[in-house]
Parts: sequence; C-alpha cells; structure tokens
Amino acid sequence: MTTTAPTAIGLPVSDADPFSHEVLEDPTPFHAQLRDAGPVVYLDRYDVYAFGRHEQVHAALVDWQQFQSAAGVGLSNFRYEKPWRPPSLVLEADPPRHDAPRRVLTKVLGPRALRRLHEQWVADAEVLVDQVLAAGAEFDAVPALAEAFPLRVFPDAVGLPAQGRENLLPYGDHAFNAFGPPNDLVARGNPRVAELSAWVGAQCAREVLAPQGFGADIWAAADRGDITHEQAPLVVRSLLTAGVDTTVHGLSAVLYAVATNPDQWRRLRAQPELARVAFDEAVRWESPVQTFFRTATTDVAVAGHVVPEGKKILMFLASANRDPRRWADPDAFDLGRDPSGHVGFGMGIHQCVGQHVARLEAEALLTALARRVATIEPAGPTKRHHNNTLRAWESIPVRMLPA
Amino acid sequence: MHETTERTHAAPGGMATDVAMLRVTAKTRVAAGVVTVQLAAPDGGRLPDWTPGAHVDLTFGNGLTRQYSLCGDRWDAGTYRVGVLLEPAGRGGSSYVHEQLEPGHLVGIGGPRNNFPLVPADAYLFIAGGIGITPLLPMIAQAQLLGADWRLLYGGRQRSSMAFLDELAGYGERVQVAPQDEVGLLDLPTFLGRPRAGVRVYCCGPAPLLAAAEATCADWPPHSLRTERFVAAEQGAPALSTPFEVELRRSGRRVTVTPDVSVLQAVAGAGVDVLSSCRQGTCGTCETAVLDGRPDHRDSLLDDDERAAGDCMYICVSRSCTERLVLDL
Ligand code: HEM
Ligand code: FES
Repeated sequence: MTTTAPTAIGLPVSDADPFSHEVLEDPTPFHAQLRDAGPVVYLDRYDVYAFGRHEQVHAALVDWQQFQSAAGVGLSNFRYEKPWRPPSLVLEADPPRHDAPRRVLTKVLGPRALRRLHEQWVADAEVLVDQVLAAGAEFDAVPALAEAFPLRVFPDAVGLPAQGRENLLPYGDHAFNAFGPPNDLVARGNPRVAELSAWVGAQCAREVLAPQGFGADIWAAADRGDITHEQAPLVVRSLLTAGVDTTVHGLSAVLYAVATNPDQWRRLRAQPELARVAFDEAVRWESPVQTFFRTATTDVAVAGHVVPEGKKILMFLASANRDPRRWADPDAFDLGRDPSGHVGFGMGIHQCVGQHVARLEAEALLTALARRVATIEPAGPTKRHHNNTLRAWESIPVRMLPA
Repeated sequence: MHETTERTHAAPGGMATDVAMLRVTAKTRVAAGVVTVQLAAPDGGRLPDWTPGAHVDLTFGNGLTRQYSLCGDRWDAGTYRVGVLLEPAGRGGSSYVHEQLEPGHLVGIGGPRNNFPLVPADAYLFIAGGIGITPLLPMIAQAQLLGADWRLLYGGRQRSSMAFLDELAGYGERVQVAPQDEVGLLDLPTFLGRPRAGVRVYCCGPAPLLAAAEATCADWPPHSLRTERFVAAEQGAPALSTPFEVELRRSGRRVTVTPDVSVLQAVAGAGVDVLSSCRQGTCGTCETAVLDGRPDHRDSLLDDDERAAGDCMYICVSRSCTERLVLDL
C-alpha cells in the first residue's frame, strides 16, 4: 500500500485495494502497514474509512449508536444502493428492529440449547475421523475434515432436507464475496445467484424443515409471537448464510495451525481440554471473517479525526486480532495465551450469535483428532481460496500418523 | 392466553465488585413518592446494552438487592435511569433509595435482563398502573420510532402521584391518563375493544390490574397479552459482601474471590484460563458448570428457571450466595 500525503486534517490516505488478489493471498503485510499508518486511514479507492487497530475496531463494534449495520455491513451503502438480496433481519439491522430476531437466535443457538447436541456431535466427529484415517494417512484436510464435519452435523441440526446441501457452500461463498466491491470474485458468483438464492429461500419454509432443529425452533418462536411469521424465513436464512462457510474456514484455520505448529499439537494432545482455547486462538490468529463494514450515523470523532455521517467504515477484524498494541507476539499461534477479547466473532450486539455452535463443532473434531492422531504434518503445497470477506483455504495436504 | 413474568424473588446478594458498580449521577423527584435515579459507570464508559422491558438488579449500601426497570434512553450508552416508588409497606429498598441514596454513591449492579421484551407487531396497547409505567416508557418510545399504531392507558391513584406525565404529554391523544380519584378504576374493556389479531397488549402494574387485563384478554388470540408484575412486598436477602471460596474440582485448586475481582479473574490468577469475550454477561462464552454452592447470577442470559436450576454460571460477572462454590474447572 502506498500511503500518500495526509490530508489537511492529517488523515492518512491510501490507494491500496484490500480486496485485490495480492492482499487476499496474504493480507498480513497490508494489515501491518494499515495499523502503522494510523488509527484511521482513508481508502480513497472506495471512499471508506479503515480501522486496523484493536482499539478502534473494538470501539466501533460495540458502538451501534454511531456505527450502524442497517445500511449494510459490506461496501454497498443501502442508503443509496439496492441490496443484492433482501437484507438480513439480524446482521443488517439496527435496534430496535434487531432486538427480537436476535433474542430468538440467542436462545435457539445458546450454550444451554446446544447441550443436547454435544454427545451426538462428539460421536459424529469420532466416526468421521476414523473413516478418514482408515482411508490413508495422507489427505487434503479441507474437504476431508474442515468441510466434511460441518456439512455432516450443521444441516441436520438446522433440520434441512438431504437434497441440495451442496448448494450451501457456494451460496455462503457468494454472500461473503458480496460484502466486498463488485470485483471478479463477485462476477464469478453472479451466474448462479438466482438459482442458489431460490434454493436457500425454499429451505427456510416451515414445511421443508424437520420438525426438530434450529429451523423448527425459530418457527416455534414465531408461533409464540416472539418474532412474526413473516420474519421467520429470513431468520432461518441467516443460519444458512452465516453458519457453514465460516465454520469450514474456522476449522481449516485450526487444522493448518496445528499442522504447522507441531509443538502446539503436542500440547493439545497432552491437554485435550485446551480444544476450545485452540479454536479461539485460531480464530484470533487467522480471522476466518476478516472484515465487516459499518456506516456512520453522525459525524463521529475517532482518534482526532472525523468520520463523516453516512460514510462507510471498514473494520479489519483480522488486523485487530494481530495488533501488537493489544497482543504479545501476535503472529504466533500459541495455546499458552488467553485469546479472550479477540474480535474474530465481532463484539457488542451483533457479536456472532452462532459462536457456541462453531466452538462445539471445533471442540468435537479436535478432541476426536487428539485422541487418535499422534502427529500432523504438512504433506504438500497449500492453496488459498480467495473471498472478499473470508480468509480461506482451498487445500491443506496433511499426513496424520495414528496414535 | 398470556405470559407473565413475576418479580417476587429476591435477587440474592453479594456486594458488587469494581467491575459491577455504578455511580449515582442524579436523583430527581418526578411525582409524589416517585424519584428517578440516574446511574453511570464510575469511569464514564459504555454500560451494557439493554432493550425495552429490561430491568437491572441494584444492590445498595444496606445490603438489599432490588430489581428496577430501565426507563431511560438506550441511545445514551453511558446512562441508565430507573424510577422508584416509595413503598412504606416495603422492607427497605425503596425507602433507602428515597431517603439515603445520593448522587456520588456507588451501587452494585446485575443484568440488565429482559423478561418482558417488546415483540414485533403492527399495533400495541399499553396499560400501566402506577409505577408500572417505567418499563413501558422505553417501549412506547420504540413503538413511536417504528411508526407502530399504539395507545397507552395509564392509571394511578391521583394525578400528582403519577410519574412521567410531562414526558408522555408530547405523544398527545395516544396517551390516556386516568387518575382514580378523577375517573375511577381503569376501563379495560373499552380501552382494549374487540379481540383482534396482530395487536400486542402490554400491561404492567399491581396484581389486581394484571388480573383484570388477563380476564379482559381471555378471548384474544394466544400470546396477545404480555404482563409484568410489580410486587410491593420486598424480600431482602442479606448481601454477601465478604470474600468467598471457589473450588476448581477438576484441577483440584481453591481460590478466594475478594470483592474487588471477578470469579473469572480470580480463577485466572490461580492459573486456570477460562475463555471469555464480552466480560459483561451477555455473550455466553465463559459459561461454567456449577457442581455445588449457589451462584449469585448477574448475567443477562439466563431466564428465571435457568437461574433457579443453579447448574451453570457466567463467571465474568456472576458471584456467589454461598461461602463456597464448586466449579467444574
Ligand atoms: C468460526 C466461525 C464463525 C465466525 C468466525 C463468525 C464470525 C462472525 C462475526 C465477525 C459476526 C459479527 C458481524 C458484525 O458485527 O456485523 C458474526 C455474526 C453472526 N454470525 Fe457468525 N461466525 C461464525 C460462525 C457462525 C455460525 C456457526 C452461525 C450460525 C449457526 C453464525 C451466525 C451468525 C449470525 C446470524 C450473525 C449475525 C448476528 C447479529 O448481527 O446480531 N456464525 N459472525
Ligand atoms: S464473557 Fe461473555 S458472558 Fe462471560
């Protein structure tokens, strides 16, 4: 990134493109430049104000009064542009409209509600790991584990029918690309948007969903009047958009982390109760969700600068999660650190309502692996998958030797 | 059909820590026997977010804990406001607030928690009896903001004892003020009219008013009526302002939690890191199973049944009612 002369008020300006393939391939150097340029940096290419430091990102995430979501959490400003799909009632809503759907999801996806899934998911993880290891020590961890496990447990937990589940990942991939600028990644997804959206929309109907599951729970909340029946399908949709790709890339992140940090894998094997810490540390370290936008509801003063009303703010969660002002040795994947306070799941009223689902999936898979696998090592060149919002792997060849 | 949440249980004590103390920034008499109290974080920072219908548990210097509905403006992230009626028959919470609490004092805080949320609807009918107006005030502001069709029927003994009439005056004809000494008991059948779908009825006030609302709404579609009961009888629990002991069963350690630290901090000090995130009792990350002892719940997550079960707690904010707490850590 080239940081040009500060403007009259001293605001650093950059012409960098955070959504270029170069940055998406390895955003770490760009994040470091962004943080060092200042607490707020104006990205003139997109006319947005970027926050790269933990302090400002955290402050913006919790301050829904000044940094709103209802104008979209992507680059597109819903005040002026038509959204590509009906906006989310949760992610892309402000109080008071955000309240009721959020409250319903908090209960449906809460730690207490997940207790009944715990045993089943642990058993499912063990079966999957056994199958994968039986097929050979060398395999690609992305399709074999990171994609296979969430696709095995999550659609069932929602109550989706068996047919068409292969649409979930492409739909989510496009939705997360669509938060960025209309670049080649979005263009590549566009031809299938109508078809995929129609499929996803159809799965949100009450008759299509199983009588038990997150989907049915959401409809039951509508029966109680906690949300309206008109809202229920879009609330179900939020799980299908936000609940699959995110966990796939979160699991890829932790698998890559342990494959490339054998000392940390040994530590996890010795203390399997560190599985949750390992996952959150991977979410901090890799930030599967890299960025989200907000819109200023008023002229907001930030670290001596002013973000004008109506302008978009780009919050770099990934950069905040590796800000040396907040974290010691931020680039190290370290099970000895307390990753609490990372913003990989966001913070404040929009903080990921599915985080306990993601943690339970990770805990089940990591514990099953820790029990059966002595060593994990890279077994070939890895390949990134580029997405405007997600940090993702397409391929992580590994060799796992059984215990 | 209706849902009632009742506030008869006394929130157990446990003096708040630094992390859970608010400062009184103003106390204002708003009607005969009613004061509002404004609270802010000692460092002036953001307070935990809340939604209309929410209440907080406040623990006072005399060790009593009481629940009060938040009746301020949620767009002002740094301030809470509660309204407190002086109840001579009560057991000391309200008289403490009226007679002894002053700006500058610190109070312990739990929550906010919401058992009385405003659900989406095209139209709302609000019914308030006396100090029961407090949770309805932010609901009304919200209904207005959303452009919903709403009306309020507000009863009280006499005009001079009815709080917030000035604030409500701005809403014009949507608000019907009905002091008992002028117009008699509230005429619910006339106010509510014929049963119809798509309307939510919110009622807060003394038990007889809620019973009347329930009777009048008997023929309404299920879930039309939502109520919250204010119970005059205050049941105090002595506050546990002393340190308590936490036993970490799995790691075989014991730590003492002094009033100035959270359980989360104390446990971390003993070398057991528990994953946390919001540190406000809202996200659920620090959930910890309780094996023995009775937690003093201060989170925003558990409902009354889950609290009563006492089998888990959010250790970033919650404390202990018993001198010993055994956690599955
Ligand atoms: C590792 C996995 C995951 C990551 C990294 C992640 C990340 C995030 C982030 C950063 C936000 C905040 C958005 C904002 O502030 O604008 C968020 C919100 C959300 N997430 Fe997740 N997520 C994950 C898994 C899940 C799962 C499994 C589900 C569903 C079961 C889910 C559903 C949601 C929903 C519905 C929201 C919107 C909440 C709101 O706006 O109130 N997420 N997620
Ligand atoms: S850390 Fe969020 S509830 Fe305790």
